[in-house]
Amino acid sequence: MNIGLLGQYVMNGVMLGMMYALVAVGFSLFFGVLDVIQFSHGDVVTGGAFAGLAVYLAFSRAVESPILLVMLTLVGAAASMALLGVAIARGLVLPLRSAPALNTLLLTLMAGTVLRESIRLFFPNGSQPQRFPPLLGAGAIGLGSFTLRVDNLLLLASGGLLIGGLHLFITRSRLGLAIRAVAQDEETARTSGIPFRSVVLLTFAIGSALAAFAGVMHGLYYNEINFAMGLLLGVIGFSAAVLGGLGNVYGAILGGFLFAGLQTIGAVALPLASAYKDVFAFAVVILLMAWRPTGLIGERASERV
Amino acid sequence: MEGRSGLVGRLAAIGLVAATMIGAIAFLSIESDRGILLLLLAISIGAFAAGRVGILRPLLQRALGHRATIGVSAWISTLVLCGVFREDHFSLFLIGRVILITLACLGLHLEFGAAGVVNFASAAFFGVGGYTAAVLSAHTRIPHLLVLVAGGVASALIGSLLLLPLLRTRGHYAALITIAFGLLFRTFVEVNDSLGGPQGLKLGGLQILRFQFNDELAVGPLHASFYFNYVLLASALLALAFVLVQRLEASWLGLALDAIRLDEIGAATFGFEIARWKILAFTLGNFLIGVAGALSAFMVGFLAPNNFTFPESLTLVSIVLLGGIGNPWGLALAAFLVVLLPEKLQILQEYRYLLYATLVILILRFRPSGLIPRPMRRYFGQPA
Repeated sequence: MNIGLLGQYVMNGVMLGMMYALVAVGFSLFFGVLDVIQFSHGDVVTGGAFAGLAVYLAFSRAVESPILLVMLTLVGAAASMALLGVAIARGLVLPLRSAPALNTLLLTLMAGTVLRESIRLFFPNGSQPQRFPPLLGAGAIGLGSFTLRVDNLLLLASGGLLIGGLHLFITRSRLGLAIRAVAQDEETARTSGIPFRSVVLLTFAIGSALAAFAGVMHGLYYNEINFAMGLLLGVIGFSAAVLGGLGNVYGAILGGFLFAGLQTIGAVALPLASAYKDVFAFAVVILLMAWRPTGLIGERASERV
Repeated sequence: MEGRSGLVGRLAAIGLVAATMIGAIAFLSIESDRGILLLLLAISIGAFAAGRVGILRPLLQRALGHRATIGVSAWISTLVLCGVFREDHFSLFLIGRVILITLACLGLHLEFGAAGVVNFASAAFFGVGGYTAAVLSAHTRIPHLLVLVAGGVASALIGSLLLLPLLRTRGHYAALITIAFGLLFRTFVEVNDSLGGPQGLKLGGLQILRFQFNDELAVGPLHASFYFNYVLLASALLALAFVLVQRLEASWLGLALDAIRLDEIGAATFGFEIARWKILAFTLGNFLIGVAGALSAFMVGFLAPNNFTFPESLTLVSIVLLGGIGNPWGLALAAFLVVLLPEKLQILQEYRYLLYATLVILILRFRPSGLIPRPMRRYFGQPA
């Protein structure tokens, strides 16, 4: 295999890893503060991509500057999904805190279905794949047999900035401290005067906004989005979060890149046809869960009766 | 022990089943959307009024005490239903579909409702049964009755591959495993060319001994659609499965399953071996789902990956949930509504997944025990 092709594969893997990491971080954050899995998170990713597309279509005539347009698309997607995340937390997750875990699981799965079906039915021509505009231009740098797309570099850089920003937010700010406190021990956090509900809602807003960014990134990278893409991304994001140990944000990032690596290996190195790469990826998820049921880094869990 | 109250209970059971049957006949024979809507309105007003007056709940409770009576009268009503629609291909097909979906949901009910093992890949297991039936009937000369069993066995075997990860995990993690398996199965049959790829597979008709199921049935002057044969077989299978599941639940096995569903750790401290019971429920459940899938493949005559998607699995879960987790009677009713409503109300066809999902969300939020809640376990003829 020549260097150029290898470079393409690596680049593709890194891009996928960034997307998975952004989705996985959401899963991990939610699990940290509430001990629940928000199974509609994958469809929030789709929602973000479609919200971004809608904002673009609404403003593409009126706004001339491409940079402003990109900003508007991103902010629109992130803000709308943050609101949606808050709504899901308020309406579906928080009221069911004392119910069996199975109910929360079903409820969020069904919420995801509602979101997915709403996009399919109510977005104009939503059952067909939608073309996502190349907002970042189509420039490319040639490096021998390997071409580096400029928009990919921009996406990677901004994804990295987001994750870095999240890190600073969680470790340095007062709100981040509150999130960590709630994640560590809800009762102690409450008695120290931390407004539990607001912190949970804020966490859902942040996680969902990150998912929206991942959705727009997906659209920009593949130039196409469809209503069902979130299902796969959600399952992969969750697996990545589990892989890194739920509740651990850095583990989630690691898990995202690890999973992308696995997928790339599955597509390149396996003797199977590349059509089987998703089959391979899911089989690996199942095997990993069998091997390490609570993740590679793993929460130390013992049952309290 | 059989006194007046027993007789009243029996009559209540027969009356409720008969009323359901009359509703079903009306439902199937009305063609227009408006007629269906009016019927639904009438039924809901009737049920609401009966609930307000306070006769519905005691009636239900009384009736649920007489399982055998309900079972026999439900089977007879199914036969009557088939008799009424004997020449109507589409209605018979729908009845057959409801019966097979109920059979599959009965399996899911064993996993979900009885043992509390999650399974979000039921459509995939249904598909495993179907594809097994298609491959075996096309390439081998195995008798078809055995092919149906093989469909169930294949589904149970493939399910047992998931057992190790399922037993090591719980709750959300276990759910992820089944979701991943469901997606894996769908992708697999879609890219695998020897299984027909995205176009799917065709099946010949079912044949048991010398009897061709795809032939029209004719007894003297009476003619019946060929779906009649399938419905008869399906209802016999369902009756068998129903008796099996009810006996199982009433026995000490059911008690063990209840214990581990309600409190795994508690049950373990009392010496229940969690893994064994989960394996029993998961394997038996998948077997039933697989048999239903195999017969369904024969009846429809066609299989395609799009019939076994994740939303389909969620639909089956919604049926189990709507019926009230843990109550097989509610299951049949819910299957009837969920399968038939979109078929009869064409406007709903496109919106069905949205509708089910919304319905389940509302039920979980406001009536978590389902349409007909699980009755309390009773011992030694102790009154309700």
